[in-house]
Amino acid sequence: MSIQIEVNGKKLEAFEGETILTALKRNGIRVPTLCHMNDFIPSGACRLCVVEIVGNPRLVSSCSFPVSDGMKILTNSPRVIESRKTIIELLLSNHPDDCLYCIRNNNCELQSLAKEYHVIERRIHGNKNSFKLDHSSTSIVRDPEKCILCGRCVRVCEETIGVSAIEYINRGSKTLIGTTMQKGLNTSSCVNCGQCIMVCPTGALTEKNQTHMVQDALQQKDKTLVVQYAPSISVSIAEEFGMAPGTDINGLLNAALRKMGFKYVFDTTFGADLTIMEEASELIQRITEGKTLPMFTSCCPAWVKYIEEFAPDFIDNLSTCKSPQQMTGAVIKSYFAEQSNLKPEDIISVSIMPCTAKKFEMQRETMGRNGVKDVDIAITTRELIELIHLHGIDMKTIQPEITDSPMGVRSSAGKIFGATGGVMEAALRTAYKKITGEELVDFKINAVRGFEGRKEAKIKINDDLEVGVAVISGLGNVRALLDEIRNGKNDVHFIEVMTCPGGCVAGGGQRIGVDRSFIEARTKSLYDIDDRETIKVSHKNPEIIELYDNYFGHPLSHKSHELLHTCYMERDVLL
Amino acid sequence: MGKSIESILKKYDNCSRDSLISLLQEIQENEGFLSEEAIVKTGKKLKIPTSKIYGVATFYNQFRFEPTGKYHVMVCRGTACHVLGSLTVLQELEKVLKIKAGQTTRDGLFSIEVVACMGACGLAPVININGSFYANVTAESIKEIIESYRKKEE
Ligand code: SF4
Ligand code: SF4
Ligand code: FES
Repeated sequence: MSIQIEVNGKKLEAFEGETILTALKRNGIRVPTLCHMNDFIPSGACRLCVVEIVGNPRLVSSCSFPVSDGMKILTNSPRVIESRKTIIELLLSNHPDDCLYCIRNNNCELQSLAKEYHVIERRIHGNKNSFKLDHSSTSIVRDPEKCILCGRCVRVCEETIGVSAIEYINRGSKTLIGTTMQKGLNTSSCVNCGQCIMVCPTGALTEKNQTHMVQDALQQKDKTLVVQYAPSISVSIAEEFGMAPGTDINGLLNAALRKMGFKYVFDTTFGADLTIMEEASELIQRITEGKTLPMFTSCCPAWVKYIEEFAPDFIDNLSTCKSPQQMTGAVIKSYFAEQSNLKPEDIISVSIMPCTAKKFEMQRETMGRNGVKDVDIAITTRELIELIHLHGIDMKTIQPEITDSPMGVRSSAGKIFGATGGVMEAALRTAYKKITGEELVDFKINAVRGFEGRKEAKIKINDDLEVGVAVISGLGNVRALLDEIRNGKNDVHFIEVMTCPGGCVAGGGQRIGVDRSFIEARTKSLYDIDDRETIKVSHKNPEIIELYDNYFGHPLSHKSHELLHTCYMERDVLL
Repeated sequence: MGKSIESILKKYDNCSRDSLISLLQEIQENEGFLSEEAIVKTGKKLKIPTSKIYGVATFYNQFRFEPTGKYHVMVCRGTACHVLGSLTVLQELEKVLKIKAGQTTRDGLFSIEVVACMGACGLAPVININGSFYANVTAESIKEIIESYRKKEE
């Protein structure tokens, strides 16, 4: 029901039951927040969002306080400003004075708040925190000294991802965010998705930055430098260079990577096409030969680790296909190496991923042969952006270039891997053709598109076969589905799971500080590419056809098992 | 002492998460501390992530996560002791043993626990080592007390 409130002397419309913050936001009035997260129940931990209600002796947290009819609110009274400023000063009082040496310099919520509230002298002197840095993880570095205890990471890890690797430990001035027994993140249940990094307002959580390794590699003149980038990358960085969010800058990216010094530039989307060829065949084999169903996608390494830790009873359900990153890497170090007369050990293979978990995936034991890894260095979108700036590349003046053969052509089915539901859609297009011998009339499978946490559909293949599919976006949504399957749910054959809500376009390695509209723009861009381009199915990618003709023979062949498939193992971690 | 973690957990078969604290207390009474194993098993039992259990347990001073040392030093931080300087005693003790309250020395000899009033306010500041009380402890005398235990071990 609509009610009237008065904000800073002006009458505004609000709705019964909503919080003051929601009403203010809708009316374009900004209030600073730290612990608040959209779509989460307010925790009221930081109190930065305080406002004054006329007649109410105490300031209230606008993120949790409901509006009421006739309420008179002051959002910027001297009392409010002073109170917020004190909170900021208290947060700074035990914070390391490290901004210039911090990866979040210029993109830090604490820093911006200090500036906004004109904190220019130290009025409150506190003891600096002294906590150990946690370097143990392959993907994420935690620096509890920079933590302001907002709790956003804890909540994402628990509520969105369903993992709960981290929690508030101790109390009072000794409070910190940590793992069970305060062990390293590497022995915790952390799945490396990096969503905690995406919500952290400060530099307390960062990716394991490996730009220096790329820099070193680029100097090794006796090696051949090869790079691949994931399907979502080309639509996820435009805004950094002053272009509209979501703009596909595939060509510019190729040019920039060559300028940096990479000799060969491949698009991981080719690997996605290859994944589809193998995975669709595996699905059909599982259905026709009565093997373990439902089959789960295996391209999200965070999800794979989740199964290995939390649900080892489902390990056989995971597709044995390597992810596109690893397939591309494996082809680089085999087929490509042979074709280019290179020894696999003389190639340095770098991948650019929207994802911190890919840093974990590339070092898994089975991701290479004879001591040669499929991928040598995996960096995130953020690290790529750092490198582009470091190399002084002006994205506005360079000219687009194309990717290299033999992995230079891609289908748009592979491209949509970057969005939730994309792997499913791409796989169904190819599976349909493989079973019926005909192409789908309409390639768009709308039932698996969109941001809902769980989508389900029945896809009629022919008179005898209807395939049940489910798509999970946001790992926390999978637990219930797994329980249903344990309890006998048997109407699904194929399940796609993406740990990050929205899929890789919203991955834990992407730019920090973007809102939902950016994620939507990136997703739209991927589907626009799919609408625009002519090769809409992986099995029609001419270079994929060539690769099978020249090298693998057919999907699930002996050679593809050797190079493109993998296995999983139960993991003993602190759950 | 004596009851295994399993047998304690069994008693809580039909209990919900609300019984977490009393369950942890009972384990600590039996084992002397909360081991990683105990936390993992409790988590499985009550279906709570271990990080949450550890978080809750570290919130309360009563829980420790290392076995106690051969000599377990309890330092009273009750009001009477506080007024007469138990904080300096504690700080000195931590310095001498190079551990913090709640921890155990590497050689397993000493551990420190901070307790609220021991009911021996007449002796303040008071400490207790394996059942023996030491009265009117000062920053100086605590060193000697520890030294005497070290001598015993030589
Ligand atoms: S690590 Fe970052 S997100 Fe987590 S509580 Fe600290 S400041 Fe907040
Ligand atoms: S959804 Fe994508 S970005 Fe997120 S963890 Fe999985 S693979 Fe990485
Ligand atoms: S944003 Fe409202 S209390 Fe933190």
